[in-house]
This record gives sequence, structure tokens and C-alpha cells, in this order.
Amino acid sequence: MSTTTATLDSNALQGDTGTALRFITCGSVDDGKSTLIGRLLVDSKTVLQDQLAGVQRGGETDLALLTDGLSAEREQGITIDVAYRYFSTAKRKFIIGDAPGHEQYTRNMVTAASAADAAVVLVDATKLAWAAEVEDGTVVKRELLPQTRRHTLLTHLLRVQSIVFAVNKLDAIDDAALAFERISTALNAFAEAAGVQVAAIVPISALKGWNVATRHADWVGYEGPSLLELLEELPVTVQDEAVPFAFPVQWVEKFSSSADTSQGRRVFWGRVASGHVEPGQRVTVLPSNQTATVAQVLSHTRQPKTVHAGHSAGVVLDREVDVSRGDWLLAPGAFEPVREITATVAWLDDEPLVAGRVYWALQGHRWVKAKVARIVDRVNITTLESEPTAQLEANSIGDVVLALQQPLAVLPFTQSRALGSLVLVDTATHKTAAAVLVQPAAAKA
Amino acid sequence: MNARTEAELLQPSMHSPAHLSNTHLDALEEETIFILREVAAAFERPTLLFSGGKDSLVLLKCAEKAFGVGRIPYPLLMIDTGHNFPEVTAYRDQRAEELGAELIVRSVEDSMARGTVRLAHPGESRNAHQSVTLLEAIEEFRFDALIGGARRDEEKARAKERIFSHRDSFGQWQPKDQRPELWTLFNTRLAPGEHFRVFPISNWTELDVWQYIEREHVGLPSIYYTHKREVVERRGLLVPVTELTPPRDGETVQVRDVRFRTVGDITTTCPVESLAADAGDVVLETLSVDVSERGATRMDDMTSEASMEKRKKDGYF
Repeated sequence: MSTTTATLDSNALQGDTGTALRFITCGSVDDGKSTLIGRLLVDSKTVLQDQLAGVQRGGETDLALLTDGLSAEREQGITIDVAYRYFSTAKRKFIIGDAPGHEQYTRNMVTAASAADAAVVLVDATKLAWAAEVEDGTVVKRELLPQTRRHTLLTHLLRVQSIVFAVNKLDAIDDAALAFERISTALNAFAEAAGVQVAAIVPISALKGWNVATRHADWVGYEGPSLLELLEELPVTVQDEAVPFAFPVQWVEKFSSSADTSQGRRVFWGRVASGHVEPGQRVTVLPSNQTATVAQVLSHTRQPKTVHAGHSAGVVLDREVDVSRGDWLLAPGAFEPVREITATVAWLDDEPLVAGRVYWALQGHRWVKAKVARIVDRVNITTLESEPTAQLEANSIGDVVLALQQPLAVLPFTQSRALGSLVLVDTATHKTAAAVLVQPAAAKA
Repeated sequence: MNARTEAELLQPSMHSPAHLSNTHLDALEEETIFILREVAAAFERPTLLFSGGKDSLVLLKCAEKAFGVGRIPYPLLMIDTGHNFPEVTAYRDQRAEELGAELIVRSVEDSMARGTVRLAHPGESRNAHQSVTLLEAIEEFRFDALIGGARRDEEKARAKERIFSHRDSFGQWQPKDQRPELWTLFNTRLAPGEHFRVFPISNWTELDVWQYIEREHVGLPSIYYTHKREVVERRGLLVPVTELTPPRDGETVQVRDVRFRTVGDITTTCPVESLAADAGDVVLETLSVDVSERGATRMDDMTSEASMEKRKKDGYF
């Protein structure tokens, strides 16, 4: 083999088409997520012979077994936790998070979604009552499955850039064209009511490979690209560039034994949350409120540079100020630190959220105590309406008011992922209990 | 061997720029450095597991960029089965010294002497027993975070693991009860006796590792490249002939041109046939393999589909 491949000139292969697309597959149980991923891996020739041999059951290839890697998953035939998979086409690299469909494992789906550029929400056409248009003279409202709605809402809330619906198992339906049309109508109606932008709706058969990697011409009246062709073109997550400079301090490097000591300098390392950082810029330190000027900026690999949002930087200030891990360097005057926030939370812990309890909250690298001052409401995922509630159960979405022990600089999550996101951690069990998305101030009085 | 035969896979179009994207390697490197710094800042007594293998050498390269030569803020830890390839241990020691890093070695043989490891028979692989020695080292040094060079593309159980993977006081992984990992807000809170395993190169693939080795000129033990070695063919694998792994009755010893895709315990690691003499050659080979890294090289993983998961539940990294 070496002789064959050695004839290729490795220099001729050098080039750059950007970073990988991170996408998740989600949706309800048995909608075919694992099979779809198995299909993508097989059709992109990512699956290796020994791995394919490992998923033969009774003479048949079970594509779902390629991703269900835990013994408990194989025993129960369900996906419990996210499987991360890697594959490439001639155009692009991909990182897939295969998220579980069971409501019980929503926390793992949220984990996958928080890092995703795109989401493919699988819809099982065979499970929906799409056929009846009018029954006994009344129009039947076609309902999507609760997990389809929940996962769509969560990906939307988490600002996953592109949401694609893949309507699966249409090959098992007699009038597939009508089914696809009506399911598409129901999906569009739901998305519009929820304020969700839909990147595309694609009819597929994960089992047969139709419209997955390659187009299945003229099937069910669909003439668009295959799912994989779509994924090859989707954008990666856009940084929140319009927001002023904010920088959470991750690690403080002290030069105790080098020549720098005489200048009393320390390097503050972290990832630029928004804006950019360059020498000469003024910054305010939260919480000490001291102000200083940026003397030098290092890139993540210690080269001097201007660093933009999303990238790691080392910041050296012009004078000795009180800065430690967890502090923020902020554009002066641009942020108003607050002691109370209203936020949408995706509750992930089995123990329900109750008003009055204190949790640890993490924003950037800063831990503060947060008390649930009040539960505002809960989203009914069927009607999309807000309803009053005394507590938030596992896997529900609702709005709460959090009182913070120390002030934090926050922005709505819709403006800044880094300044608008927190996690809550149970002080007793240390479990990660919630994804917290800051809302615009006074959005809910 | 290990070659795909489909003609289209050997076309240049399949080896497109996406495979050699510098932006992609930059993003992986940056993520890894961010995680290495997070461990330095968030834990009191972290350590980096360092075997001298390619993944741990890539990790160390990133640590060098993150912290500077001579400034890696945690010791390196090696769990020695006593069954190492000498080229690898020699390179391990050399690299640690060059970087000015503290190297701690704890050995399975010491655990055997203490009686905490008992082999079922003298020839038994010591690979799984590393867990015992590792947990003993964690207790001895009270480590609260262990950085490892595992990748999610290695194996199905690995594909499920968080970057910051919580372990209970018995060192056990609880795959059904992993903590959510949201954005880069890593929940590093621990109860006494618990620790984390941290995997900064989770999102790298075998190909990414080799492309990075090529781009950054990461030095490796010589056995990663082609060399002549005595082997026997056994169950589709090339088993190296050593004092610990002698040929069995009826097996023919052959000298073949081989390299190692992964190095570990001598008794469980097999080379593949190859003429690849440098990282560039290996990149090209990796683009066209049709057997996974473990499938091609590891005897111990073939015994049970869930063997990795089981070992990880027992405290293996």
C-alpha cells in the first residue's frame, strides 16, 4: 500500500477550507438518529472494516450499533449519552454529536447542542397522524412528537446557528409525497409559532440512504440537495463581534524567577468572550473596578498579536492591579454589573428546581452563589405558552429570577453567548443542574 | 495491508484540502491549550499521564506552547507495566528532561510486590492491572486531575466520554450518569477523594494527530516509523517476537517492514506492515487505511466488545 500512496505529493494537498462543522442529530427515540449517523459514516467511507464487522447481527448490518457504544445502550437498544463521531468529505470535516432521544437524557442532548453549529432534528414520518385532513367535519391538528418540539426549542434557545429537519422513514409510507408535504407544513407552523428559523426540511430514508449522502432524484417531489450536501454548506457559529471587549481570566501566570519580575508583570490568560484586545486599550477589572491599559497581548501560543473573540489571549497590563482567576477584564463603561438576573433555564437535574434554594453559578471562570429568588413560569412545549409553576422538573424549560451573591457583568444570551450563559451546580451533589440563558433586562417584569 | 482497495479513495480529490486544513489543526490546538490551562488553574494537584506514545507527545507539545519550556505546571506520570518497548521509555525520559518537567514513574511490578496486583498466570497481560497502580499513585500523591491523551475516535466507549470526566472515590467512571458539559463552562467541583480525568485531545482523530506531528515536527520514538522486525502472523495481526512474546508452536518467524500505529504494553501491541519513514508518509497511509487503530494493533480489545468500557469503569484511564 505504501507504494501506491507514496506517489501522491503531500505538498499538493496542503490547503485550507476552514474549520470543521459541529452538528448534532436529535429528535425523539427511534426516529433513526443512530441509523442516520451510521449511514453518513458508511456512505462517506469513514467506517473501517473491523468496525463494520462489529455491527453484524444475524447476518444483517445494524448501522445504529456503530454509535451506541455503551453496554447498557446495546442491552436496552437506546442511546443514553452523546457519541461523538468524526468524518470528512472532499469538501469538509465534520464532528457529529449523536444526542439521545429519551426525555430522561435531555441533559446529554443539551450538552451536545451547546457546542454545535447546526442541528439535524429527525422526524419519524411513521409516528405522526399526518393522513387525516378532516375528521367529522373538523380539521385535525397534526401534532409533532413532544421530543421533536423540545429538542427544536432547546437548539433554538441555545442559538444553534442552523436547524434542519430531516423527515425520516418516508420509504415506509404509501403516499410519501403527501406525508412529506403535510409534515413539512406542521413543522413550518410549529417553527413559526416558536420563532425558529428553519434552514431546510429534507425527506430522507436513513435505512436506504435516500437523500442522506446522495440525492434520490425526484422522490416525494423534493428536488433540493441531499442532507450531506446541505451540511457541507452550512456556516460555522458566528462570534458575537458587535459586543464590546470582555475577557474572563482563566489562569494567571506569574514570572517569579524570570527577568519580568522586575517589571512586576503577570500574564492573564483566557479566551476573548467578545470584541478584541490589542495594546493601548483601556480595561476595567471586575470586581475590583480598577482601570489599567493593555501593555502587551499574546496569542494562545505566546506570539504577540491582536486577538479577536473566540480565541485565547494572554494580556499584560501596564501596572500592578488586583486580578485573579475568575475576574473579568471589560471595556470601560460598557457593562453594568448586576446582582439579579432573569434567565431562561433548561433544568437538567433529577432534583427539581425550587424557589429559595442556593446553587453555585459559573460564568466564564467565576463561581458565585446564586439564589433562586422566584420561578416566573414554565414553557408548555405543546402549546408554547407560559404557565405558572411552583417548581421546574427535570427536562423542563422555564424562566427564573436569580439573586447573585456578587455582581456579574451579563448580557442577554441572544447578544453574547459568553456573557449570557451560566451553569448552575448543586452545592450538595456537585451535579451540573441547569443551563442558564440570560434574558434581556425587564423582559419579564 | 490495511489498505482500502476502492480506486476512488486513492484519487487526490478524496485527499482534499479539508483533510490537511491548517485552520482545523489550529482550532484543535487552541481547544487543547485552553483545556490544559483550565486544569492548571482549576485543580490543586493535577498531573499529565505521559507514556512516550504519540498522543501524549502531542499533548506535551501543546503544553509546551501553553506554558513555555521549563514551565509546565504539573508533573508527568507514567504507569509502567515493565513491558515497554525500550525505544519508547528512552524517548520518554529524554523528552521529559528536555522540557524540564518532573517525571513520576510508578510500576505495576511494585504493586505486584505489595500484593495489590496478582496475576492469574505469569504470562498474563499487565495492561488491565495498570488501573490498580494508577489508583495507588492517585492516592499517594492525592492527584485531583489526571490529563490523558485519549481520543474519542479510538473506541466506542471513548466516543461517549466527556472532556472533564468525573471519577468517584473508587476511580470509577459512571457512563450512565455523566455530568452535562455545557459550552466551556467546566464544572470541576469535587468531593474529597474524587478526581477528574481530563482529555484535551478528545476531538482529535488519528489523522489529525499525524498531521499535527508533521506540521509541528513533533519527535516520536523510532518504532513509529518503518523498521525491520521479527514477527509472527496470529489471528490476522503481526505479533512482535520478543522475550515476552515468543513464537508459539507451528508459527513461522518472519522479518517484515513494520511500524507501530500505537504503542503500549509489549504483550498487547502489534505493528502494521509499512514502509512509512516519516510523518508525511504516515499521513498518506492514514488517509487510506481500512482498519481502525485498535483493530489493527490491539490484542486485548478484541476479546470483548465492551472491554474498554469495563476497564474504564474499573478505573482505567
